[in-house]
Amino acid sequence: MSAVAVPDIALLEPGQELPVREFAADTTHLFLYNAVLWNAHRIHFDHPYATQVEGYPGLVMAGPQLGDWLHQCVTEWLGDRGRLQSVEYSNRRAAFVGDTLRSTGRVVAVDRENRQVTVAVSILNQNDEVLAPGTIVASIYG
Amino acid sequence: MASLLSPELLENIGKTSPPRLELVTRKDIRKYAIATQQRERRFLDGDEAPPMFYLALFWPVPENDQLSPDGVAIDPLLPEFPLKRAMAGGLKIDYHRAIHPGDVLQATRELSAIYQKDGSSGTLIFYEILMRVVNERGEPVVTEKTTRILR
Repeated sequence: MSAVAVPDIALLEPGQELPVREFAADTTHLFLYNAVLWNAHRIHFDHPYATQVEGYPGLVMAGPQLGDWLHQCVTEWLGDRGRLQSVEYSNRRAAFVGDTLRSTGRVVAVDRENRQVTVAVSILNQNDEVLAPGTIVASIYG
Repeated sequence: MASLLSPELLENIGKTSPPRLELVTRKDIRKYAIATQQRERRFLDGDEAPPMFYLALFWPVPENDQLSPDGVAIDPLLPEFPLKRAMAGGLKIDYHRAIHPGDVLQATRELSAIYQKDGSSGTLIFYEILMRVVNERGEPVVTEKTTRILR
């Protein structure tokens, strides 16, 4: 088991793990998310359309919703001890209502001089398939 | 392999959308924070926006004749591509400043690249859209580059 990362630039080392968090891939939050976006894509709320026309096994979680959960892996860990500088990620596989998703993060680089940490992040499903891999660079306050 | 990218198609590189100006409200931040299951109090109280809030702020608000039958907004920035099936793409986001209630932000979008790659599984078309979000002083807030793949 890798050591748990602490958002203190003096203590960070590559290989340290960030806390894992589970996210509810449920209809309520899928609705709320697409409502705040004003996103009418029917694969997110029209079950007959999503399954019979598009051929998905269920309602599809929104891609950027998973992107936000990647962000939270690091923003929650940082709290008020740092801020995100850049994020790079891709949506490789779809997630569906009823899936059990989780975010993971692992420190891959530490730049003590510039007080920066690079974290490899992922959203995985219950089958341990990586749905959305990414990399986040954050600055750590002194 | 022959190029699928005609000179007319490539002329669209550099095309920009009209700037959009939006006011950030505490209520909108709170709604976004709840929808995305945030747990940080500053986000839930709407004192500061979660990083990806900008995406909701500048999501298109299409009128009814701009909605396709599947409910997707037709993007006026995009030309007709010879390949239609969209594959997963990627995002690169740079966060320059935090977003707070009361901020008035402006976003511009640019079709910044169109290119083709030929691989063992066939030909793919890539396009990139660059979105720049700035505050009232013109200072950068968020820069986002989206890459989409068509096959």
